[in-house]
Amino acid sequence: MSLLRVDSISKNFGSLIAVNNVSMTVEPGELRAIIGPNGAGKTTFFNLISGFLRPTSGHITFDGADITDLLPARRVWRGIARTFQVTEVFPELSVHENLRIPVEVASGFRLRPWLSRVAAEAVGARVSELLDMGGLASKADRLVGELAHGDQRATEIIMALALKPQLLLLDEPTAGMGDQETYEITRLIRRLHQGSKLTIVLIEHDMRVVFHLADRIMVLDQGNFLAEGTPKEIAANKAVQSAYLGQAA
Amino acid sequence: MPKLDKRTADALVWALLLTAPFWLTHVGGYVELGSRVLIYALAAMALNFLLGFTGVLSFGHAAYFGLGAYGTALTIKYLCPSTPVGMLVGILTGTFAAALIGPMIVRLRGVYFAMCTIAFGQVFYFIAFRWSSVTGGDDGVSAWHRMPLDLGFTSIDLLGNNKAFYYFALAVFAVCAAAMAFLLGSPFGRTLLAIRENERRARFLGIPVDRHIWASWVISCLFVSVAGALYALLNDFVDPRAMRWDQSGNFVIMAVLGGMRSFWGPLIGAAIFIVLQDYVSSETQNWMSFIGLFFVLVVLFFPRGVLGIIQRKAKP
Repeated sequence: MSLLRVDSISKNFGSLIAVNNVSMTVEPGELRAIIGPNGAGKTTFFNLISGFLRPTSGHITFDGADITDLLPARRVWRGIARTFQVTEVFPELSVHENLRIPVEVASGFRLRPWLSRVAAEAVGARVSELLDMGGLASKADRLVGELAHGDQRATEIIMALALKPQLLLLDEPTAGMGDQETYEITRLIRRLHQGSKLTIVLIEHDMRVVFHLADRIMVLDQGNFLAEGTPKEIAANKAVQSAYLGQAA
Repeated sequence: MPKLDKRTADALVWALLLTAPFWLTHVGGYVELGSRVLIYALAAMALNFLLGFTGVLSFGHAAYFGLGAYGTALTIKYLCPSTPVGMLVGILTGTFAAALIGPMIVRLRGVYFAMCTIAFGQVFYFIAFRWSSVTGGDDGVSAWHRMPLDLGFTSIDLLGNNKAFYYFALAVFAVCAAAMAFLLGSPFGRTLLAIRENERRARFLGIPVDRHIWASWVISCLFVSVAGALYALLNDFVDPRAMRWDQSGNFVIMAVLGGMRSFWGPLIGAAIFIVLQDYVSSETQNWMSFIGLFFVLVVLFFPRGVLGIIQRKAKP
């Protein structure tokens, strides 16, 4: 059974059709990239999946259940975590606290006025594990707002992972990064995908990253579905070349 | 200046508060002034639970402060001449009202939230003002006084003994402050910080933001009603001005003046506010101009409040 099914989804903003009748199916363990020129509707499409926006029409099914009308927090509880195009973290809290909050939420402690010592130790151990995973252990006590852009991005991705999601949505994970930082983040995503068999859908502009990571690629253009296939098929697709790759070449 | 760690700062604050009745008179103060600082500090700290640690600005906290005060006064005067029972009724009234109003406003943000809290606050003000047969209208609820505290084996005279009332208020203050500090250090408290820091991120980490803001609002109003109950006891009197919108504004000024990102900031702010008010108002009726000017200067040059200056200096 596929993990995520999007059925002919559309989103209109007034007369502007941002996403027009797009469908997508993502299998468990897959890494799917969504690409397309600026204004293709990629981020809107993401926002529909994560619940940031409600679709004008169409349905979204996740793990066998219809989630089209669920609030964002409830989608998170079902296992969908996301990052944003512009980094969204808790800037005036330390890296450690930024990770502790999602760990506690994912452990069902969000309303707890206290934790038993056992529970607090379990949370602490999980936070350390996540700090190591993101290579952030040496910066655990720094405020996230003071970190370099790449480390903030890594913190945000690790925060999403702290929720133990079944599906991770990454909106331009390497946006605004230098080569070294891009390399680090790409390696992190690859590790998550191959090591933890995590299902990932990502939007990305950097074609090196996309072709390096993706199992399958979906191409959007001006809100419409244009093509879908393996990186090889997409690279050879004439329609994609003229709409998208043609511009870059 | 040596760096103040959290534990030293806590110890310093408690030491000062515990000894206040003995040194206040030597620096030109009086015990009742200390009690007033404590009560306003509790109100400002309660407001700051919502403002500084959840990131939500209420301009209507005087309503719940006033409900706590009226509940206490009316209960002692008409229903049951007991200080604890009066306080309990006052606190429950304020908290219950906040819990009912909460769902109507927790979806609002920023200035819209602030405006709606003012509007609801003024509703209570006008009820107190107009419903003369119960509240005494503009004349307030007088001709009653706080009752001795009966502990079974002994009875404490809160009325004749200013120091006894101060320590009673301090005990209540301590319980409330400890409860707030405890909550802020818990997983629930951290979800509030998360909402303050970045609401969108909090929502997409699975925190139902509106519900948590409601909870924070009710907790904040609970503690402000406790302050209101103490306020009625301090004055043996309550009138509608206790719940007018400018009272709400005073709480906000105290919190911001002292430093709303620190736990003790509102206490410092309340102390400055009350002491300035006490000294300047004996010289001129225009005391609010001085507090206003001081407030503007602090906000302009030290946006983190008075405690923010000290903490910045304290950093090596």
